[in-house]
Amino acid sequence: MKYTIAALVENKPGVLARVASLFRRRGFNIDSLSVGRTEREDLSRMTIVVEGDEKVVEQVTKQLNKLIDVIKVSDVTKNAVERELCLVKVNVQPEKRGEIIELANIFRARIVDVSRDSFIIEITGDEEKIEAFIDLMRQYGIKELARTGKVAMARGSKK
Amino acid sequence: MRAANALAKALVEEGVEVIFGLPGGAILEVYDALYDAGVAHITVRHEQAAVHAADGYARATGRVGVAMATSGPGATNTVTGIATAYMDSSPIVVFTGQVSTNLIGNDAFQEADITGITMPITKHNYLVTDPKKLLSVVKEAFYIASTGRPGPVLVDLPKNVTAADIEYNYPKKVVLEGYKPSYEGHIKQIEKAAELIMKSERPIILAGGGVKWSNASEELLKLAELIPAFVVTTLLGKGAIPEAHPLCLGFIGMHGSKYANYAVQESDLVIAIGCRFSDRSTGKVSEFAPNAKIIHIDIDPAEIGKNVRVDVPIVGDAKRVLSKLISYIKYKRRKEWEDKINELRRKYPLRYKKDGFKPQYVVEKVCEIYPDAIITTEVGQNQMWAAQYFKVKYPRQFITSGGLGTMGFGFPAAIGAQVAYPNKTVIDIAGDGSFFMNIQEIATCVYYSLPVRVFILNNGFLGMVRQWQQLFYRERYSATCIGCREHSFEKIAQGFGAVGMTVEKPSEVEDVLRELKDIDDPVIVDFKVDQHANVLPMVPPGKALHEVIDEEVE
Repeated sequence: MKYTIAALVENKPGVLARVASLFRRRGFNIDSLSVGRTEREDLSRMTIVVEGDEKVVEQVTKQLNKLIDVIKVSDVTKNAVERELCLVKVNVQPEKRGEIIELANIFRARIVDVSRDSFIIEITGDEEKIEAFIDLMRQYGIKELARTGKVAMARGSKK
Repeated sequence: MRAANALAKALVEEGVEVIFGLPGGAILEVYDALYDAGVAHITVRHEQAAVHAADGYARATGRVGVAMATSGPGATNTVTGIATAYMDSSPIVVFTGQVSTNLIGNDAFQEADITGITMPITKHNYLVTDPKKLLSVVKEAFYIASTGRPGPVLVDLPKNVTAADIEYNYPKKVVLEGYKPSYEGHIKQIEKAAELIMKSERPIILAGGGVKWSNASEELLKLAELIPAFVVTTLLGKGAIPEAHPLCLGFIGMHGSKYANYAVQESDLVIAIGCRFSDRSTGKVSEFAPNAKIIHIDIDPAEIGKNVRVDVPIVGDAKRVLSKLISYIKYKRRKEWEDKINELRRKYPLRYKKDGFKPQYVVEKVCEIYPDAIITTEVGQNQMWAAQYFKVKYPRQFITSGGLGTMGFGFPAAIGAQVAYPNKTVIDIAGDGSFFMNIQEIATCVYYSLPVRVFILNNGFLGMVRQWQQLFYRERYSATCIGCREHSFEKIAQGFGAVGMTVEKPSEVEDVLRELKDIDDPVIVDFKVDQHANVLPMVPPGKALHEVIDEEVE
């Protein structure tokens, strides 16, 4: 099963290396990892998706907590809002243009770059939505794909 | 003030008495400041030894040990020492020189990314790039090393940072948002533990190194006598309770006594304190204490449930948790269990065949003649014989590399302990293979007149590996014969200016050991023991604690 873990960390050089090193050393498998700034300038937030069972996730959480630069770790697998952003560069033959635009609209995706024979489409959403969209684009030929990895936040007042 | 001088002043303020180290180019500013800073410095002959010595100092005193080395090879030589301290939770701070900040990343002369290299083997580490942050880093380093679960911290000091001019204002307090060890232990959990203890008919306490780091030996003894419960220890827990105490069964694991291992297997409750259930202690983990509930008290939440299932976890400092736990316990005699254990003790004593010149005999005599000495060990057979036959009296008496199993640890660790306690007898029980790994430190002992005693149980083999080859690899002795019988440790010692002796017969052991009492110099004694003695009993790797190999003695 995949678990989503959110970690609040010091915004310092080397913190990402510490986290990555810990995952490698303990043999935890990172599915995706995203890092960015938060409401506090001195803190960053990492959202890490790990593959494993409950025991693995418990160890991941505890080991992350042991890092001095990690301030708070929470398991946000359940009851959280999850989003990912994805850019897809897809082949566009003139007769398929309309079709692709329509599909993008259905998914509330945006076409952010247009060239003679391709589009770059930006889509955000949860993993399933993005997977579904990518799947649909395959038939036209995907030239390039970039995904940010998941960011997540627990719902409601709980912090 | 020059940052290097500020650092030296900060070390004095931290109460550092001694630094173990070896200077070099990138750390020159600091050494210049140390010249008249009022902190003693022991110059070792290899940086690995500096870290082991700092580690030995820490284990012998409970205070933070300090080591220093230059950049590049100096720094990389500290790696094994740091990993050793990390595995055994020993509080040390290691300062390394680094090339100037404008050169970092350029593959400059003697540049090594030591913070990158030591990331997985330190509790925390720092590369100081801003001289203004130096003092707060030093404060944090000592705080992190010595609090919570202790461990090594490395501080990397670029040369231009140590040469910079800063103001001296050493912080009084440390604020670390991401580091707040919990010491107290949850009271509900402590109550639950007490309930299990009161219900138990066959309780056993498993004490680890954490009991010693937390200075909880008094509380441990109180708890054991109050329940009453027999006490087994891990290798690092040796000395958490005096081993002559009637409730103490000694250490468990691969080379623990049969009765200690059987006692764990037959218990219905294991009260584990400050230990991490390493594979060497538990044997096959799925069959460890199969009928027992487990209470696990540890300051590191990540250790709980990592290796064995736990029924009542308590995160906290051993001393504080135990003193609370004691108040819930009432004495309840468990006659049947007592009889059972005493029968196991009678039936399966630790013993060995007494023909020839046995290494175990040397250790027994050392224990008899130097019962209060601080004992360090190397790693392998020598370590296990020392653990089996030296009966430890007090908590910080027995110093050994448990987790990493570092050959070459014992001698420099003995130097650290000797520096901490100049008037105590400090003995390194060594093997010929291990002793070679830091043999150059005889020079350090001679130079500083440190009367360390090294007793080499010389069998001419990498003995423990040879034993495994004999038992599990059809006696194919690949690369384990190292021929130390041919060269003279006596003359090597003399060449360094130390006292060297050779003992060929068991009948000479006692006299030689007594004779040493009047020698104030460092002494290396080469005991040419039986080459084929094995460490027994033995739980083969991957087997459960009750599946023991032993030899017929009678």
